[in-house]
Amino acid sequence: MSNPLADMAKPDVIFCIGTNMTECHPVAATGLKKALARGAKLIVADPRRIKLAELANIYLPIRVGSDVALLLAMAHVIEREGLVDASFIKERTEGWDEFREHLKEFTPEWASKICEVPAKDIEEAGLYYGRGSPSAIYYTLGITEHICGVDNVQSLCNLALMTGNLGIEGAGINPMRGQNNIQGCGDCGAETLVYPGSVPITDKAARDKFAHAYQRPDLDLGEAMTKVTAFNECGKTLRAMLIDGENTVVSDPDRNHCEQALKSLDHLVVIDLFLTDTAKLAHLVLPATGWAETDGVVCNTERRVQRLRAAVPPPGEARPDWWIIAQIARRLGIPGFDFSSAAEVFNELCSLSPTYGGLDWDRVSRESLIWPVPTKDHPGTPILHVGSFANGRGKFRVLGYRDPAEVIDESFPVWLTTGRRLQSYHTRTQTGRSSGMDYLLSEESLEVNPADLAAWGLRDDDWVRLSSRRGSVEMKVRGTDRSPRGTVFTSFSFAEVPVNNLTGSGYDPTTHTAELKVCAVRIEFVAR
Amino acid sequence: MSATATERQQTMTLDGQEVTFAQGETLYEVARRHQIQVPTLCYDPRLEAFGGCRLCVVEVRGAKTPVASCTTRAAQGMVVSTATPAVEKLRQTLLEMVVSENREVAVNPLRGFASQELTTLVHRYGAQTGRFQGKHSGKSNSADLNPFILRDYDLCISCYRCVRVCAEQEGDYAISVMHRGFRTQITTEFNGNLKDSSCTFCGQCVQTCPTGALADKKALRGADLPGEIQKTRTICPYCGVGCSVDIMTKGDRMVGIQPAMDGPANQGALCVKGQFAFDFVQHDDRLKTPLLRQPDGSFKEIGWDEALDFAADGFRNALEKHGRRSVYGIASGRAPHEAAYSMQKFIRAGFGTHYVDNCSRA
Ligand code: SF4
Ligand code: SF4
Ligand code: FES
Repeated sequence: MSNPLADMAKPDVIFCIGTNMTECHPVAATGLKKALARGAKLIVADPRRIKLAELANIYLPIRVGSDVALLLAMAHVIEREGLVDASFIKERTEGWDEFREHLKEFTPEWASKICEVPAKDIEEAGLYYGRGSPSAIYYTLGITEHICGVDNVQSLCNLALMTGNLGIEGAGINPMRGQNNIQGCGDCGAETLVYPGSVPITDKAARDKFAHAYQRPDLDLGEAMTKVTAFNECGKTLRAMLIDGENTVVSDPDRNHCEQALKSLDHLVVIDLFLTDTAKLAHLVLPATGWAETDGVVCNTERRVQRLRAAVPPPGEARPDWWIIAQIARRLGIPGFDFSSAAEVFNELCSLSPTYGGLDWDRVSRESLIWPVPTKDHPGTPILHVGSFANGRGKFRVLGYRDPAEVIDESFPVWLTTGRRLQSYHTRTQTGRSSGMDYLLSEESLEVNPADLAAWGLRDDDWVRLSSRRGSVEMKVRGTDRSPRGTVFTSFSFAEVPVNNLTGSGYDPTTHTAELKVCAVRIEFVAR
Repeated sequence: MSATATERQQTMTLDGQEVTFAQGETLYEVARRHQIQVPTLCYDPRLEAFGGCRLCVVEVRGAKTPVASCTTRAAQGMVVSTATPAVEKLRQTLLEMVVSENREVAVNPLRGFASQELTTLVHRYGAQTGRFQGKHSGKSNSADLNPFILRDYDLCISCYRCVRVCAEQEGDYAISVMHRGFRTQITTEFNGNLKDSSCTFCGQCVQTCPTGALADKKALRGADLPGEIQKTRTICPYCGVGCSVDIMTKGDRMVGIQPAMDGPANQGALCVKGQFAFDFVQHDDRLKTPLLRQPDGSFKEIGWDEALDFAADGFRNALEKHGRRSVYGIASGRAPHEAAYSMQKFIRAGFGTHYVDNCSRA
C-alpha cells in the first residue's frame, strides 16, 4: 500500500475495485465504515453485489474482467472535465500528452457496452474520483488475478497520477494483501524477480553485492523463472523442488496440471504443519513449527514490520522453517547458513536490504515501523512517494482493453468468478481445523442469481455439475442477489470442491498471475 | 498566533493542579493523560462516550451536581475534583445498585478482555452486593448454540458497550436494546440466534463487555485447566491487515485470543478468524516427525538426521546430474520473514539462480 491503513479514515472519496473488503479484510473495512460515517463518498466496482456495494454511493456491477475499460473511461471523463492536477502532471510525471490523446476514444458510452453498466454511472464515478480531494484507491485480487492484472494496476496508477492522488495523506493506490506475510515474502526476496529489499535481479550492482555476500560468484544476472513456468518445467529441466507451507495443489489455478508437475519431479521436499494434498505428493515431508510456536517477523499490507512471538512449544519434533532450510543447506555445503536463532536470520536480511537497513531484531521487537526504514534513527515511511518517486518520474501507460483469456459462448454460457469468504481462509488447512468454524460455513456452494436459478429450473440446495473447458466439479447451488444474472461465484477454500479443476485459462504475461477470477462454465442439474 | 497554539494554552485545575488541555478533550481524557484514575463502566475509549453509568462522575466548582467526566468537555478555567469523599460515596452507591442487578460478581477472566472491570471496581469500592435486592435486567439466552459467544445476560448491567461497539466499530448493527430499565434486554433482530442476524462473530462485543455477560465460549473451555493465564503479544496468522493479538495460554495449552487494544493496525478490532480460529495450531493432525514416502505410497516416520540427509542427497543428485538450473524453491506467504529469507538464500547462494517464488495468490 502506498498509504497506511489509518489513512482509510481520511479520504474524501474512496474507490474500491475488485475488493470484497468486508469479508476478506474485515478489520480494514471498519476503517472504511468510519470514513463513510464521517461523510466520505464510496465508489464500488465489482461484478458481485457484495456487502460493500450496499454502502456505496455509486455501485458499478461491471462484467467480470472488464476493469480496464471502466478505468479508461473514468480517466476520459476526468480529462474531459479538466479535473486533472496539472502541476503534479508537469512536475512529477511523464507521457501525459500521449496518454491524453489516447484517452479521447474511450468514452463512457464505449465502456458501457463492455462493462455492462450505464454510461452515466461511469461518468459519475469519474467525476467523483476526479473531484475528491483526496481520493484513495483500494483493490485486491479482483484486480490482479486476471491475464490483464498488470494492465488493471497500471490503469489505477494512471488515475492516481493524473489527479495527483499520490504522496499525500488519505490518497494513494492501496492493494490489500491476502496472507499475513505475503508482503514479507517480497520484502525478503522470495520472489523470482527481486532480491531482498525489492531490488530487481537485473540490477548489476545488486548482483555483485549478493554474489559477494552469498559467496556465489556465478550468480545469474536477471534470469528469472516464475512459479508458473516452473510447473511447466517440472520433470523436464526442473528435477527437484523445496516447497514451504504452500498447499499449492488446492490453491493453484489448474489443479491437474499442478499435480502432474509435482509428481514428475525426482525429488520433492515439502515443509508444512499438516499432511496437505500437496505434502502427500512429496518424497519427504518435514514438520514445521506453526504460528504461536515460532519467533519471527512479518510485514502487513501497509508495509508495517511486526514481531511474531512464540507462546507454546511445538508438537513432537517440529522445527522452525528457517532451521530446516539451513540444515539442508549446510549438508549441501552452501556457505552462510550457520544461523542459531531467528534473530540472526532477520538481522542478516536487514544488513542486505536497503528498505530494512534501519531495522534489526531488537528494534522490531520494541517498535512497530513502516518500511522503508533506511537508517537506525529513521522513523519509517507510512506514505510513499511524498514529493518525488523513487525511480524518477511517474509514467503514464498507454494501454487498451483486452477480453479475458476465455469468454462465454454457446457451450459455456456462464461466467464463473472465484474468491474467498469471511469464515474460511485459503485452503482451510487452518480454519478447517479450528473448532466452531464449521458452524458458520460447513460446505461450499455456488452463488447464483435467483432469476437464473428459476430460468435454469433449479432450486436452492440442488446439486449441479459445473464444467469448464478444463474439468468439472459438483456442488450445491444457492440463490442470492449478490450474483448478477449470468455470473456465478464460489470460493476456492474447500478441497471437497476443487474449483481449480475449472479455472486456469490463462496468465498475465508479465507477472504470471493466474486468471482465477474469470472463466466460462456450463451448469447442469445432477440428481443425488 | 495559530488556532492550535491558542488551544494548547487552555488550562484548567485538576485535583488542585493546573493542567493544559486540547480543544474538545473530555474531563476523563484530561484526567487519564495526567495518570489520574477515574473509574468507568460504560466507557470504551474507541467509542463515542455514552454517559450511562455515571461512575465517572467528578465535581466541578460551581456545578450543583457532579457531572459525568466521560461526556463533559474541559473548558478554560474549570476547577475539577475527581475523588472527593462525596463523589467516592456516590460511586459506591452506584456500584451497589449495579451489582444488585448482577447475579455473580466474580467471573472468569477468560470470558473477555474487559470482563474484570466491574469486579475490580466492586472490590476497590467495597461495594456490597445485595443492598438493592430484587430485579435484574436481562435473561440469559441459553438457546443460542453458536460455538463462540456465550450470551449470559443475567450478568448484563445495560452499559450498551456491546451494542455500541457492534454499531460504531463494526458497522454491523447485529444487536440492539429492547425495553428499558429493569426489563432492558440486549438482543438481536427478532430476538433470535446471532447466526441468523447480521453478526459476523468478530467477538468485539465479548471483548468490551465489562461484566462477562457476553463471554468467549472457546476460551472458557480452558477454565478448568490448571495454571495462570499467560498472555503473549503477536500478530494474527490470517490476512494481510496484521492485527495485533494476545495469545492466552495455560501451561503449554493455547486457550484463547484477545485483541490488542493498542495494536497499531487494528486498535483492538479483530474478525472471526483472528478472534476464534486459533486452535488449528494444537490440532491432532499436526505433523510431529519427518515423514519419508515408501515405495507403496505410505509414509514412514523417521528422525531428523536421516530426513535432512535424504533431503540434501536429492538436491545434490539433481545438481550433479542436471545442473544448477534443475532446482526450484517456493516460499510461503504464511511463514515469517526468516523462512522466506532462508528459502531465497538457499536457492541464490546454493545454485546461483533466481529460481524461487511464492504463492502470491490469495
Ligand atoms: S460478534 Fe461482532 S458482529 Fe456479532 S454481535 Fe458482537 S460485535 Fe456485533
Ligand atoms: S483478525 Fe481478521 S482482519 Fe485482522 S489480521 Fe486477522 S484475519 Fe485479518
Ligand atoms: S463511564 Fe462515564 S458515564 Fe459511564
